[in-house]
Amino acid sequence: MIRYIRRAAALCLVLLVALLVNAGRVMLVEADELDANPANRRGAIARWAEPRGAILVDGRPVTGSRDSGQQLRWERTYRRGPLYAPVTGHASQTYGTTMVEDAEDSLLSGTDPMLAPLPLWNDLTRGRSPGGAVVTTIRASMQEAAYRGLDGKRGAVVALEPSSGRILALVSSPSYEPGVLSGTGADVKDAWARLTTSPNQPMLNRALRQTYPPGSTFKIVTAAAALDSGVVRDVDAPTDTPDPFVLPGTRQVLPNEARGCEDASLAYALQWSCNTVMAGLGVDVGLEDMVGTAERFGFDDTTLRVPSWVAKSNFDRVMSPDQLALSSIGQFDTTATPLQMAMVAAAVANTGEIAQPYLVDRTTTSGGTTVDRTPRRSYRQAMSPSTALQLQRLMVKAVEEGTGTNGAIPGARVGGKTGTAQHGFGNTGTPYAWFIAWAQAEDSGRPAVAVAVVVEDAEAARTDISGGGSAAPIARDVMREALRLEAESRGTPGARGTRAGEKAAPARPRGAPGARPPEATPPATVPTPPTRPRGVPGGRGRADSGD
Amino acid sequence: MTAPRTTDAPPDAPPTGVRVPKRRGVELVLLLGAVLISVCGYAEVGLAHDGAVPPDAARYGAGLGLLALLAHLAVRFRAPYADPLLLPIALLLNGLGLVLIYRLDLETPRDQAATPQLIWSTLGVALFIVVVLLLRDHRALQGYAYVSVAAALALMILPIFFPAVNGARIWIRIGGLSFQPGEFAKILLAVFFAAYLSANLSALAYAGRRIWRFQFPTWRVLGPIVAIWLLSVLVLVLERDLGTSLLFFGLFVIMLYVATGRTGWIAIGLLLAAAGAFLIGSVEPHVHSRVQDWLDPYASIRAGDGPGQLAQSLFAFAAGGMLGTGLGLGHSVLIGFAAKSDFILATAGEELGLLGLAALFLLYALFVARGYRAGLALRDPFGRLLAVGLASIVALQVFVIAGGVMGLIPLTGMAMPFLAQGGSSVVTNWVIVALLVRVSDSARAPRPESADTGELARVEAGR
Repeated sequence: MIRYIRRAAALCLVLLVALLVNAGRVMLVEADELDANPANRRGAIARWAEPRGAILVDGRPVTGSRDSGQQLRWERTYRRGPLYAPVTGHASQTYGTTMVEDAEDSLLSGTDPMLAPLPLWNDLTRGRSPGGAVVTTIRASMQEAAYRGLDGKRGAVVALEPSSGRILALVSSPSYEPGVLSGTGADVKDAWARLTTSPNQPMLNRALRQTYPPGSTFKIVTAAAALDSGVVRDVDAPTDTPDPFVLPGTRQVLPNEARGCEDASLAYALQWSCNTVMAGLGVDVGLEDMVGTAERFGFDDTTLRVPSWVAKSNFDRVMSPDQLALSSIGQFDTTATPLQMAMVAAAVANTGEIAQPYLVDRTTTSGGTTVDRTPRRSYRQAMSPSTALQLQRLMVKAVEEGTGTNGAIPGARVGGKTGTAQHGFGNTGTPYAWFIAWAQAEDSGRPAVAVAVVVEDAEAARTDISGGGSAAPIARDVMREALRLEAESRGTPGARGTRAGEKAAPARPRGAPGARPPEATPPATVPTPPTRPRGVPGGRGRADSGD
Repeated sequence: MTAPRTTDAPPDAPPTGVRVPKRRGVELVLLLGAVLISVCGYAEVGLAHDGAVPPDAARYGAGLGLLALLAHLAVRFRAPYADPLLLPIALLLNGLGLVLIYRLDLETPRDQAATPQLIWSTLGVALFIVVVLLLRDHRALQGYAYVSVAAALALMILPIFFPAVNGARIWIRIGGLSFQPGEFAKILLAVFFAAYLSANLSALAYAGRRIWRFQFPTWRVLGPIVAIWLLSVLVLVLERDLGTSLLFFGLFVIMLYVATGRTGWIAIGLLLAAAGAFLIGSVEPHVHSRVQDWLDPYASIRAGDGPGQLAQSLFAFAAGGMLGTGLGLGHSVLIGFAAKSDFILATAGEELGLLGLAALFLLYALFVARGYRAGLALRDPFGRLLAVGLASIVALQVFVIAGGVMGLIPLTGMAMPFLAQGGSSVVTNWVIVALLVRVSDSARAPRPESADTGELARVEAGR
């Protein structure tokens, strides 16, 4: 019997070994796979076990956390949620994260290894650092000005600092309260259903993710291509474009909203937004150079991150001449995000160079120690500095006495371009009103802000003025706020100049360089443009436009 | 009968006249360690959960210490040569079980199980003391073979007349107390098997026909035991308590093998098991779903119904990893229903890690090994079979439930010995400890008369 007892004991030993081996399989070999299973709630429980890090605007948090007492303990809250929703996005326990909440998720939720006091510390202790903070580049007063300006209308506003690429305002309207999606349960599901089925698409980030036909605002790109490629050597010289203009290879006639466009100069065409001239120039530049210039401005770039991803702005690479003509005035398949058009304005303002746009200035630990700082990076050289300076002058003219007079700010140098984009089947939809602009304080060396505004349901009729009518005042308010903030940071009491400054402002761009205040010389970082193109066309511009 | 016994003489049987160390001091020190570990675990749960040691930690420790001391005194007084490891291991497992249940109670404020479990544990230890004090010689049980089997069958049939709970008719609910009579039945059946097999050893081993290489005993000997076994399995299938059914089956096969040494039994056993498993698995929906769950624990996730119990259990084990999350810091409560009973091991796995789990398994293994060792050291066949049977109950039970919650075999509802919530189980297990203590005392005690116990203890069971 002893032998059999021993054999039975050996059987028990086999069972023990089977249990241990199986335990090793489940707890070590398959552990990572099981931990990552989406049905395993442990990840979510750990993720929401501590308050999430804050997102800061102007040094103040616009987010918070609330102890829900539920299994997923801390829920996200938002201060002025709808205003900042296009920046923050939402951090929902049910529907995931978007925008900065998504792009900086590992930092906000505390899993970023950079937050750990020592390398691999959190792996060893099975711990999680307190969520870090994200400091944005947004300026609260500009954001509010833009939000107020849109006033619930469908549209978007993007404001950039041209020299650095900092995004100063990022507004999409109508917006939503991201806090209603934070938790779990029926209320959140209802809110989600309501928001996703709303015809106004409040959760759509129109500033970054919606593309619109840019309409006449795209003429800046076409003008840059014409100047850079040498098709136009003198902005004030007449171009050989008929009015009415028949699209090449078709019998379709391109209409003009403006008058006096036949054989008009580039300066006149930008000032009054002549479709015929710009379409003709686009065809003259040719597909290759037009595509090249558009891409240098950022069109067709699918990799842009701010750090939220940005929808691709489109400029077709294969087109017939008539399609190219339409594309050159921002129609046909040409589409752009508001951010893209703000980058176009910023390129002109920053003498042709586009600084990489960014929304996160720096990230810090919960204690405030900087973890990472976004450096200024150059995105692309969109055009030559001389071309940019000529376009600056033309854009200023469009604001002073062209289509964009609603964008003018007394005491500041403002350049702008309006646009009205037709869309829909047979162009029957309500046109989109565009305004892109930049502004420079008279006592500052460089433009403080570049802005793009799009209003979807512009009330005005289908005229080019509607861009100036609906969109330009919003851009003006945002730029005025930017100039005020810039002046504050420089220590000057106010950006709005005296009456004298107001008078002086129009004089400058046309420019005798002597009229410029001494401190207005471009800073060393901005490439100093050659004097000739600035001086020569400036002198002629005054004579030719004669309006 | 005489010939095989002399060749089988235990190698470590104490020669008469030599002083055998009693090792009661070792037992006391180990008991102290078991109490300390349990109290530390209790304090750690409080620290992890509330940041403070539970206010009644000292009281809990004192209570557990008192139980340990009383049990120790009973052993010292009435079973001085007993194996010094059995009682400390049982107490440690019971103490850790209480800690784990208390820890899960913190997550389920509406369902407090630690206090009832503590009362049941106290009752179990009390029963342990009673058995150690009253049962002076395990051979006395041999005379109650048929009483045992009658009582076992009665206990198993009884719950059929009570409403089913969670698909199984194994509970008797009287007032607020629920009671699982099948738990006691396993001891009674082990006693019966041991008594019957030891009484019919030679008939089983040497009579009968030889078919091919296997020798089968005559139906006259085999008939009653197979009938009783079949009856018990049938009752269990009707009650849908498949874990216990599997346990009885395994127990029967092991004891038969140990008694006869016939590999034919193993063959028949495996064949019967395979046939039974296939039949039940395809006919009975309750079992069928368990098998499906075992084959693919994540099917319900893909179907969009969320993770099932087994998947949740596997998630918990996986979350533990090598070192575990630490007591009180896991989320095994996600398992939901039966987290404190059948799935208690998942909490241990998640919070104590693979190392802690392996330690638990080794404690069980040590306990079983001491049981087998007592069986080896004994001279009477009944005692041997009883010791092996009782130790095998623990071994099989641990394997069936631990293998079930970790996806090694299909899950069958069964309590992890000592750890899991469940009054009947705890009390039964303490009786098993008491019997093993008694048997091991007989094995090591230097009693000259033990040489011929085998002959004296034979019962006229065959008539």
